[in-house]
Formats: sequence, C-alpha cells, structure tokens
Amino acid sequence: MIAKNFKYAFFSALLVVALAFPVLSLRLTLDGITLVVTGADAKVQWTIAACAIGIFVWQLLRDQLASLIPKRNGPLMPEGVSNFMTLPTTQRWGLIALIIIGLIWPFFASRGAVDLATLVLIYVMLGLGLNIVVGLAGLLDLGYVGFYAVGAYTYAMLSEYAGFGFWTALPIAGLMAALFGYLLGFPVLRLRGDYLAIVTLGFGEIIRIMLRNLTEYTGGPNGISGIDKPTLFGLTFERRAAEGMQTFHEYFGMAYNSVNKVIFLYLIALLLVLATLFVINRLLRMPIGRAWEALREDEIACRALGMNPTTIKLSAFTLGASFAGFAGCFFAARQGLVTPESFTFIESAIILAIVVLGGMGSQLGVILAAVVMILLPEMAREFNEYRMLMFGALMVLMMIWRPQGLLPMQRPHLELKP
Amino acid sequence: MLLEFNQVSTFYGKVQALHDVSIKVDKGEIVTLIGANGAGKSTLLMTLCGDPRATSGSIVYNGEDITQLSTAEIMRKDIAVVPEGRRIFARLTVEENLAMGGFFTAKADFDATLAHVLELFPRLQERYDQRGGTMSGGEQQMLAIARALMSKPKLLLLDEPSLGLAPIIIQQIFDTIEKLRGEGMTIFLVEQNANQALKLADRGYVLENGRIVMEDTGDALLVNEDVRKAYLGG
Repeated sequence: MIAKNFKYAFFSALLVVALAFPVLSLRLTLDGITLVVTGADAKVQWTIAACAIGIFVWQLLRDQLASLIPKRNGPLMPEGVSNFMTLPTTQRWGLIALIIIGLIWPFFASRGAVDLATLVLIYVMLGLGLNIVVGLAGLLDLGYVGFYAVGAYTYAMLSEYAGFGFWTALPIAGLMAALFGYLLGFPVLRLRGDYLAIVTLGFGEIIRIMLRNLTEYTGGPNGISGIDKPTLFGLTFERRAAEGMQTFHEYFGMAYNSVNKVIFLYLIALLLVLATLFVINRLLRMPIGRAWEALREDEIACRALGMNPTTIKLSAFTLGASFAGFAGCFFAARQGLVTPESFTFIESAIILAIVVLGGMGSQLGVILAAVVMILLPEMAREFNEYRMLMFGALMVLMMIWRPQGLLPMQRPHLELKP
Repeated sequence: MLLEFNQVSTFYGKVQALHDVSIKVDKGEIVTLIGANGAGKSTLLMTLCGDPRATSGSIVYNGEDITQLSTAEIMRKDIAVVPEGRRIFARLTVEENLAMGGFFTAKADFDATLAHVLELFPRLQERYDQRGGTMSGGEQQMLAIARALMSKPKLLLLDEPSLGLAPIIIQQIFDTIEKLRGEGMTIFLVEQNANQALKLADRGYVLENGRIVMEDTGDALLVNEDVRKAYLGG
C-alpha cells in the first residue's frame, strides 16, 4: 500500500515543482534593452519546495490521514437546501427579487460598478440566447460569437453609413443575426454532436475574418468608431447635443453628470435582459419550447411523432442568434467602437462556460453564472497574472462539487409525504 | 383496405433488406408480423414511415400512395408508431411526453384524447408529474403507447412492445392492444414474441430474410408445423 502510494506521492510532488517553478520563480526582466531570465528570491523557492514536500507527505499518508478526519456524508449543500434552491417557485421569486434590486442599486453605486454590471448584463443576454441552442435544443454551438458580431456590426454600419439611431437599429440587428443564424443553420444542422461543434466553430471564425478583411465597409482591423450612443426619446446624454437635438440634463434642468449616461446604458441593458427573459419564458410554455427539449432527448422519437427535426433545430438556432444580435447591437452602442478582435473564439468559450456553469437549461443559473464568470476575473485584478490560474482552479472545484451546474433546471416532481 | 404494401423492396446501400414484400391490413384488424432477428421486421416498419424509402413497389395508405412522402408528412396522416425500445423523452415529465405526442392534435380534441389515454393507462395518471426516465420499463412502454395514441391515430404501429418486459407486464400491454381493437383501431404489430402475438392477431405474416414466406390467420399460424418449429420452440 505504502509502496504504491510512494510512487504516486513522488510524481505528485514532481508535478508541483514542474508546474510552480516556471510560473512562480522564473521572471523576465529588462536589463537595458535585452530580456534576461532571473530567478525569484529564496523565499519563493523555499515555498515551492515546502509545498512539494507537503504534497508528498499528504499523498504518502493519505489513507492514514483520511481515517483521522471524521467522514462527512452527503453532498456539500444539505439535501433540503439544494432542493429548495432549484425548485421552480424559488427560482421565480429569486428572479423577481433580483429584478427589483437590479433597478434600484445603480443610483447608489459607483460609476465603475454600474459599468461592470452593464457588461455582466450583456453576457447574461448572450448566455440566455445560447441557452436556447445548447441547453434546450442540445445543439453544441461553438460559433455563437459570430452572431454577436453580426449584431454589433449591423448597428455600427447602419450608424456610420445611414445615420440610424440605436432604437431603430436594434430590431434590424436582431433580424440580421437571425437571418445569419438561419442561413448558416440550414447546411449545418444536418450534423450532430462533435461535427456540429466543429462546423459552428469554423463559422464563428469565418464571420470574424470576413469582418476583418472587408476593409472597405467594416474598416478592417481598425473597426468602426464613433458609433452613436442610445438616446432617451431623442434626448442625448452627452455634454453637448448635436445639431437639432437636446441633452438630457438641459431638458430636465439638471447639472451635467457623466454618471447619468452610465446608468442609462445599464438600464437599457437591464430592459433588454428582462425582455429576453420574458420572450424565452413565453416560448418555453409554447409547444415549440417543449419540442426543443424533446429533440434534445430523442430525435428519432420526435420524427416518429411527425415533427420535422430540421425545422425545430433551425428555429432554436435562429432565435438564439437573434438574441446575440440584440446583445451585439447594445455592445456596439455602449463601446462606441467595434473591432473584429472583440469577437474571438474566447468569447464563444466564455458564453458557453456561462451556460454550462449555470446548469444547462436553467435561466436563473445562467444569470448567476454570468455574474460569477465576469465579476470574478474583474475583482481578482489585483492578483494580476494569477487570476486566470484562480479562474481555472475555480472551474475545477465547480466540476467536483456541482457538476450539474450552479442552479440546474428542475421540473416539478412528485414528493412522497409521510 | 387501410394499408397495402405492393411488391416493396428496400435497400441499405447495396444490401437488399426487403424483397418484393406485399402486405395487406384491413380496417379494424390486428395484423402481426413475426420473424427472427435480422429478418427485416423493423426495416419493413421503417420503410412504411419513409426512412429508408422503398426502392421499388408502392405503399398505399387509405387509398393514397405514400411511398414518396417524407417521414414528417407520413406520421401526420393518422398513423402513429411506437418505436422499438420505447424512446420516450427521459428528462421530460409524463405530461410533457404526452403533450409532444399530441403536438399535431387539434386543440379542441386534445383534452378529450388526453383523458381517454389516461383512462386507458391509470398508472400514467399516478406518475403524471414524474420524469419519463425515472419510471419502470413497463410504465415507459405504456407511456410510449399512450404518447402514440395522443395523435388520435387510425393505424397504430407497434415495434416489439414486449421487448425486455416481465411476462405479467407483457400480458397487460397485450390486453390494452386488444382493448384498442375493440375501439375500432387498426393495429400492425411487429413481434418476436410469436406465441402471444399470434394468439392476439387476426392475421399474421412470417418474414424470413426479407421475404414474406407465410401468410394466414393467427390461429392457423399458431398450429402450423413450420412456424411452431422455427418460432414457438417446437
């Protein structure tokens, strides 16, 4: 037993050194104009050595140590709490409480916090949209960011060349993204599982590369800048209004405050998210929502019941894409600048991670996961180079403790009452 | 004549699975198709459903040639199939499974159909809010049949409903099939469990290597020497 553990412990310790040494104790510093590699101070080296020894001892004696620690039975969260948290009624009340808090807090919060919350809301919307495709219809889409880009560039180009405002461009951006979803979906949706994932990944990249190379229209790698911000019934939130327009602070006789603009953007994002939630909830109660789930469960059975799988898949794909289009339009308006580099594969990966982390198909889960996924890397900024490491560690812990997601979707079920 | 196969042949790539099969099913009959593993029983049923398509010959349902129609079109023509291995939606509740079955049922008929189906299978009423996948095999088979009935079919196709079930449950399922015939439904039953299928059926066909080798009333096949040897254990 000990001999087997010894080998295991030895390699674990070796792994600690192999991982920690290059990351923590080798540094690149500038000496004049040349880069030199310097070792970190002795304290770091000793810490690594101590960790390696610690792991070695732990692995060697873990059978003995495990018996010393009283065994905990059951999952991390008590069964009752976990059950309560995932009940549909709890999720609904949780949602209402969240909405009320969401409406009030920006007026008391700092500008940076509201700005960050707006970013979170964009990802909530993207997560909810992708949730239709991945969580409900069960189609693994790795190119979702492509539709986000279509939405963003639709508004950017309409604003740049045709002088469209945000509110008129919003539905057009959604429709454009939906159109792209429909056109791409047609040939792609014959494929299943892994193959579908690869092809959608390719399409996402094609859209980005196309945007970068259509320099004449999209500005190439420089993108399109100076996109108009949204207005409130024609009132702008800038300090000075353009010709023939009025500013918000003048109209209401207030002093100019740049925070107003940030709060306004936040409220638009919140409105969009609520609209998304409303529409998706409606769809879920309609036969088409159930058809998505049925298709995820068993395609052959769906065909046996006279349903046309292609139509159902296409509807999920198109609808999902349209929400990405809305999110993209808002993103372009908020940034005032779009470049192809905002729509790389990593964005698709983050959105997918939000859906999976939240618990496939669960909407409150998606919201919570979006908050975690976007806030954590931002809040961990002071750990600078280690923050991605922490992020990775968090994901690993997640998969161990709650592999079904933070708040997985639960269906009403019978409970036995004594 | 409700359903008629005229000289139907089906291929999987280059392999011919059905050779000039001709079958007739009258209104209100239970017709069974028996045969060994790999004889082409499921292929015959799937050809009827339009996947794979028949390479030659024609399939006529209710006076209409449905050979070239798509699966979705065929399955919306008062035909319902209970697929082999049940194929219920495991993570959907019984209620949702039934709702999917009645996807194309007119709204006005839906509630009445649902009530009738639940009356036929009281067990499903008890399990109404439970996920399909958490039920026993027999209950799942009942759900699969109930789901098919939700579309108010005139012709019900059953692909091995006794697969993997306990004898007492099989008996229940067959009793239900008999009850459905009493209501005037036409049933085409594909079975390996030849003994029980032939007892129930008005007429039967025996399929061997993709060819119909025998055709008679259920009772006659049950006492036929060759059938007894090959399918009923002597």
